[in-house]
Amino acid sequence: MLESKIPSGPIEQKWDKARFDMKLVNPANRRKYRVIIVGSGLAGAAAAASLGQQGYNVDCFSFHDSPRRAHSIAAQGGINAAKNYRNDGDSIFRLFYDTVKGGDFRAREANVYRLAQISVNIIDQCVAQGVPFAREYGGLLDTRSFGGVQVSRTFYARGQTGQQLLLGAYQALEEQIAAGTVRMHTRSEMLDLVVVNGRARGIVTRNLVTGAIETHAADVVVLGTGGYGNVFYLSTNAKGSNTTAIWRAHRRGALFGNPCFTQIHPTCIPVSNENQSKLTLMSESLRNDGRVWVPKKQGDTRAPGSIPEDERDYYLERRYPSFGNLVPRDVASRNAKEVCDEGRGVGPGGMGVYLDFSDAIKRLTEPVVREKYGNLFDMYEEITGENAYKVPMRIFPAVHYTMGGLWVDYQLMSSIPGLFVAGEANFSDHGANRLGASALMQGLADGYFILPYTLPNYIASSSLEKVDTSHPAFAAVKEEVQQRVAKMVNIRGKRTVDSIHKELGKMMWNNCGMARSEEGLRSNLAKIPELRHEFWTNVNIIGGGEEFNQSLEKAGRVADFLELAELMCLDALQRAESCGGHFRVESQTPDGEALRDDDRFSYVSAWEWKGENADWVLHQEPLAFEYVHLTQRSYK
Amino acid sequence: MNLTLKVWRQQDAKAAGKFVSYQVQNVTPDMSFLEMLDLLNENLQTKGEAPVVFEHDCREGICGSCGFLINGVAHGGHRGTTVCQLSMRFFKDGDSLTLEPWRAKAFPVLRDLAVDRSAFDRIIQAGGFISAPTGGAPDANAILVPKNDAERAFDAAACIGCGACVAACPNAAAMLFTSAKITHLNSLPQGQPQRDQRTLDMVAAMTEEDFGSCTNHGECEAVCPKEIPIEFIGRMNRDLIHATLHRRGE
Ligand SMILES: Cc1cc2nc3c(=O)[nH]c(=O)nc-3n(C[C@H](O)[C@H](O)[C@H](O)COP(=O)(O)OP(=O)(O)OC[C@H]3O[C@@H](n4cnc5c(N)ncnc54)[C@H](O)[C@@H]3O)c2cc1C
Ligand code: SF4
Ligand code: FES
Repeated sequence: MLESKIPSGPIEQKWDKARFDMKLVNPANRRKYRVIIVGSGLAGAAAAASLGQQGYNVDCFSFHDSPRRAHSIAAQGGINAAKNYRNDGDSIFRLFYDTVKGGDFRAREANVYRLAQISVNIIDQCVAQGVPFAREYGGLLDTRSFGGVQVSRTFYARGQTGQQLLLGAYQALEEQIAAGTVRMHTRSEMLDLVVVNGRARGIVTRNLVTGAIETHAADVVVLGTGGYGNVFYLSTNAKGSNTTAIWRAHRRGALFGNPCFTQIHPTCIPVSNENQSKLTLMSESLRNDGRVWVPKKQGDTRAPGSIPEDERDYYLERRYPSFGNLVPRDVASRNAKEVCDEGRGVGPGGMGVYLDFSDAIKRLTEPVVREKYGNLFDMYEEITGENAYKVPMRIFPAVHYTMGGLWVDYQLMSSIPGLFVAGEANFSDHGANRLGASALMQGLADGYFILPYTLPNYIASSSLEKVDTSHPAFAAVKEEVQQRVAKMVNIRGKRTVDSIHKELGKMMWNNCGMARSEEGLRSNLAKIPELRHEFWTNVNIIGGGEEFNQSLEKAGRVADFLELAELMCLDALQRAESCGGHFRVESQTPDGEALRDDDRFSYVSAWEWKGENADWVLHQEPLAFEYVHLTQRSYK
Repeated sequence: MNLTLKVWRQQDAKAAGKFVSYQVQNVTPDMSFLEMLDLLNENLQTKGEAPVVFEHDCREGICGSCGFLINGVAHGGHRGTTVCQLSMRFFKDGDSLTLEPWRAKAFPVLRDLAVDRSAFDRIIQAGGFISAPTGGAPDANAILVPKNDAERAFDAAACIGCGACVAACPNAAAMLFTSAKITHLNSLPQGQPQRDQRTLDMVAAMTEEDFGSCTNHGECEAVCPKEIPIEFIGRMNRDLIHATLHRRGE
């Protein structure tokens, strides 16, 4: 069942070989093939635009009111590419190496190598579209170093890189919409997948304005529906980000890869009130100049300025003398949690650590710090009302990204033939930890440069029978969706959707967040089904299915999170090792660092849904490392 | 603090709407404006009443989903701020606030505070792009872009498509939005080949939708959360004249 389809041969030649071996579709025939693309973030919009240009007949769906609003818009920091414009020792191999190692050896080498190769073309493509990347005075592109790597390979557009990349893809997509190759269905949420004779052949959607349940048929279906970090309720993800599309596909047979791999970002603004609805990321570039510390004494409530130097614990510098404040995200996050658990956290509730710029201001002067980070300091002040030039910022880790997602082969096809998955929605190339500025790269690589090859190859090499929405499979799935909606709105219980979502989020944060123990995971596995039962018997959705109903939208998404959460805990429990963002307290070195267990866990876990009343079945895709040698990561 | 909200409630595009008053209690200064509305909605739902529909997603001022009028001012009137970034620190106990959707013919109300802004997408379809089919691009550094041009392009590209400029304009014109995209693309060397056509087509598309025309009130610039300068409208008009003259010359 788990055929990764990695081409043979040396790693540098695999993608070339794969492309040469692919079957092509005659340009005159392309119009006859219908492609459904769900999602118009970086991955979906890039794929829809590119396939439209090639002449396929594309239908693109988004629950947003415009493709320009996808969550990709919020990415700040930048996008990596092995351009080596700085002549500083970068290369495709180095980007590949950094990504495999940064992912703590839980990604496929062949995929990561291809990603590094394609990274170069992405920047070319985006510049041609008019993406206003930062420039130097000579007119050349500027880059910066990002996320603990030693080369300067991150291209950026002020602090709004995701916005500008998405607008580039969005504009290319709108051009195709005008040309008639792509039909855009906004405010349409995919609620199920239609599988006919073992192949993905369509979807069922709900029109979010009228509530109409509609069916759509195609020859291929692509999901570029983003990550599921909102299972934790509080995260840096946009409020609408959800798991529904991939979860529904999982229930129809698509294997789910590494569901427990979650990235928790170390520099976010701490939670300040119980009505808090989302968390705000502060760019990780702040760690280049800010120093992280907490008081040495527990429960020290003095103002930071009145805590003398020798009573401060610069714990990252102390524990990791060679990387200091620049350790990878997972390490920085876990250490912040530990000092807070020890009772040394700062700010309301003791859930925060200081990120202090006073030394940087002394060394560089305030105007220089302002020039580098002014917009971030302003944003911090807007939210907290505090001036970080005068008092240290308070930061705390927050859920940020999900490395897990639907399992795909080298062609980005899931275990359901004809169902492709791209961007954050697939289990992807980041292993157990994603490096900064690599998600944008992956989403665009998938959308612009991989799917436009692999999808035609699937079309050309499969004999696809004619299927339209009159096929009984469509009516059957539509009926199921309608019943589910009706069931939900008729519960008329006592609890709001948000109250249940928050309860789930707390459980996940406490037991499946930065540190995971067998005991905590087992407790979640017992409690999640109870909460699911609570949802299905006691949730209260005001209004009906045939209207613009935001509580119903949320309810559908939370219902799916309530199932996914269980699988995440199950996956975390079976993976009795620590790797990347997955820290099992039972598996650590004597000095408290994550301890991988390559003999037992060097595999991708791919879970198969067996029905509501049956257990999931675990499949394993073994990982082999031929080019990057397995080593224990050390940032000491 | 406790607030009185007068909120526009409208079931759907065809229904007549009206203002309904609500009290919101226990609002804390560290909440955001939308968290205050979340609180209202939790309370309404617990009482069995329909929550207020409003659009939002990123809640950090970048996606452009959110936006309504607070006491008649788009996004609430704090410089460079979307309504999702607005903090309750700026309000005080006993305040009475009126919330209503963008008012513009081109943006029909869908429900309560949510409107249909798809007209913006159609303006982009008319020419708000650089045709660069995937795969054919030259090396990124083969195109030199003077830093000042790149900076101006960026300033213009920062538009989030929220629609506040239209809502604030007495004529409901979409000039600031359209000029931002035209300035972004026309400032770059990559944008030159399609410059004239883009300008003509986007302006024509804008006129075809139900947007009004510009009579230089400047309200758009004042409410724009990304501080897009009105100067871009002047640029667009110049580009339009050039394009028209070029066409005549041909
Ligand atoms: C605050 C923040 C900052 C970040 N900064 C960076 C950075 O600097 N560099 C970097 O590389 N990465 C960064 N990331 C990560 C990166 O932004 C995302 O991983 C990436 O943009 C995801 O793109 P995507 O196309 O896969 O999905 P998304 O952009 O999430 O798009 C999902 C699309 O699917 C649609 N959709 C979802 N479900 C359905 C459904 N059921 N039916 C219909 N449509 C649906 C949505 O409408 C949307 O169009 C950041 C993330 C966050 C949260
Ligand atoms: S120009 Fe400003 S106000 Fe108008 S849509 Fe763009 S960001 Fe919003
Ligand atoms: S919710 Fe995204 S800009 Fe306000």
